[in-house]
Amino acid sequence: MSGPSINPIAAKAVMDGALAPQAQAGGRRTGLSARIVWWLVFVAGVIYFIGPLFATLLFSLKSRALPTASTDWFSQNLSAYTNLLADPQFTKTLLYSFVMGLITIAVSISLLVPTAYWVRLRLPQARRLIEFITLLPFVVPPVILVFGLIRGYKGPPVPLTGSDFGSNVLLVGAYVVLSFPYMYRAIDVGLRTIDVQSLTEASQSLGAGWARTLWQIILPNIRVSLLSGAFLTLAIVIGEYTIATFLARPAFGPYLSLIGGNKAYEPAAASLISFGLTWIAMGLIALLGRGSRVRVQVAAAH
Amino acid sequence: MTDAAVTAKTGGARPASPRRAPISASWLGVVPFLLFAGAFLILPTAYLVVGSFQGANGALTVQNYIDLIGPQTLRTYGNSIEISLVTAVVGGIFGFLLAYAVISGGLPPILRGTLMTFSGVASNFAGVPLALAFTFTLGRVGLLTLFLKGIGLDTYAGGFSLYTKIGLEIVYLYFQFPLMVLIIAPAIDGLKKDWREAAENMGATSFQYWRHVALPILMPSLLGSAILLFANSFGAQATAFQLTGGSIDIATIAISRQMRGDVLFNEGLGYALAMGMVLIMAVSIGLYALLQRRSERWLR
Repeated sequence: MSGPSINPIAAKAVMDGALAPQAQAGGRRTGLSARIVWWLVFVAGVIYFIGPLFATLLFSLKSRALPTASTDWFSQNLSAYTNLLADPQFTKTLLYSFVMGLITIAVSISLLVPTAYWVRLRLPQARRLIEFITLLPFVVPPVILVFGLIRGYKGPPVPLTGSDFGSNVLLVGAYVVLSFPYMYRAIDVGLRTIDVQSLTEASQSLGAGWARTLWQIILPNIRVSLLSGAFLTLAIVIGEYTIATFLARPAFGPYLSLIGGNKAYEPAAASLISFGLTWIAMGLIALLGRGSRVRVQVAAAH
Repeated sequence: MTDAAVTAKTGGARPASPRRAPISASWLGVVPFLLFAGAFLILPTAYLVVGSFQGANGALTVQNYIDLIGPQTLRTYGNSIEISLVTAVVGGIFGFLLAYAVISGGLPPILRGTLMTFSGVASNFAGVPLALAFTFTLGRVGLLTLFLKGIGLDTYAGGFSLYTKIGLEIVYLYFQFPLMVLIIAPAIDGLKKDWREAAENMGATSFQYWRHVALPILMPSLLGSAILLFANSFGAQATAFQLTGGSIDIATIAISRQMRGDVLFNEGLGYALAMGMVLIMAVSIGLYALLQRRSERWLR
């Protein structure tokens, strides 16, 4: 999945929306003239939204293959796409960003689930502190975070920016930090809907240790929240530009920026692909949210 | 939950563990998180704080902050603040209208879900692809630019350019108004139908209802959301960088230049620039949290 730049504020807004109880549609009758006005507002919004995408689509179709190439519609109109797919850098950077996204998700979940679980179970007095820290990325935007990282880790005692591995560590570390606001919230809300105390006691009285309780009892019970968080992370990590650029990582965001400067039609195709993948991720989150609500309602009806 | 709280407060109820252990032992459970946040968030930021108070020779100084209020950096911040204000207000108003249209405007209910998903996409569709999409639309050879030229409206001859402040504002609005839709929707949901009916029963006009009931209730949410939009735009870097090639004079770009060590390179000033940004972000987010708490009084 590929997408835009990572932005904790917007990401958290998406997560809050997915977690919120779905309100009933307001059935108030609205006068005809008022309704026309609201329709106009809606249409204006749609135009603003579709316009740039439409222009990008047309641009991506303008590219022409060599005149001698076959005359079928595909190679005539989709050469921007086929060129892109034929570019090894495209696949390589996309794969790199995808893998970094997966690692980010794994680290974020294995760091935040035990923490949120523990705070709920044993350390409620730490709730405010932990919540405060998870919201700090709102205050430290990505450009400042990466500034601090490359200056703080450029030399002794912990030189990380010099090596590929070290830079990857910083990249994932930064992405995990930027996932704090929405990941922690998703996990916390997920934990709220299950009886952590009873589940833990039941699990332990059956002889399970902490790790097993977390892995086999808690994790499966909050998987819907975790999946939403994972999709959101993938969607925003893969096209991330600011942090990847300043850490000089061979990621998809910098690649897109590069071809944006020196190619004509391929960037349009890449932008659209990027957009489509973001849409898929958000659609999956909306779908998951709806599914979990249905299940909650079914459970409540018993 | 309550049991856990009591356990933790009284300092240990597990018979197997020693009397005083649970308090300190319980904190061990969050140590990995604190270490991680320390290494990748707190320490890097602290590094910038320390650097901002150091001169070129490492001595303690406030010279960087004195430099910060020079005309050059004030103009940089001014541009950032102007862009953020404009997009927060315009995006806020339009986002609110849009959210109200699908929630209470009598539009088909299915549009609500569609708009929410689209807002999730668009609010996160910032950065390089967004800048490119607008280049294809309103850039020098963008589709809309060429179309308008075709009907005799030469925008670039008329002084418009996508690569300036106004252009950046148009682009930022693309993720600002969807963000507004997302964060204002719960507040609009919270407007109870009864309030409107009560107002109408007492003979209030639609205008009076808005003036005396709905707007006062919504005001903290509206203000808070606008402030969040402000912060959102203030911290954006990738979109502006891609769109203008780093030529526009705003805070995030100035910091990018300091990172690359370009002309006018001054390490201490770079740190101070970053601190100024963090300060403005902190004040905005603090205000947002405050207003959010206030709005929850009514909208629960």
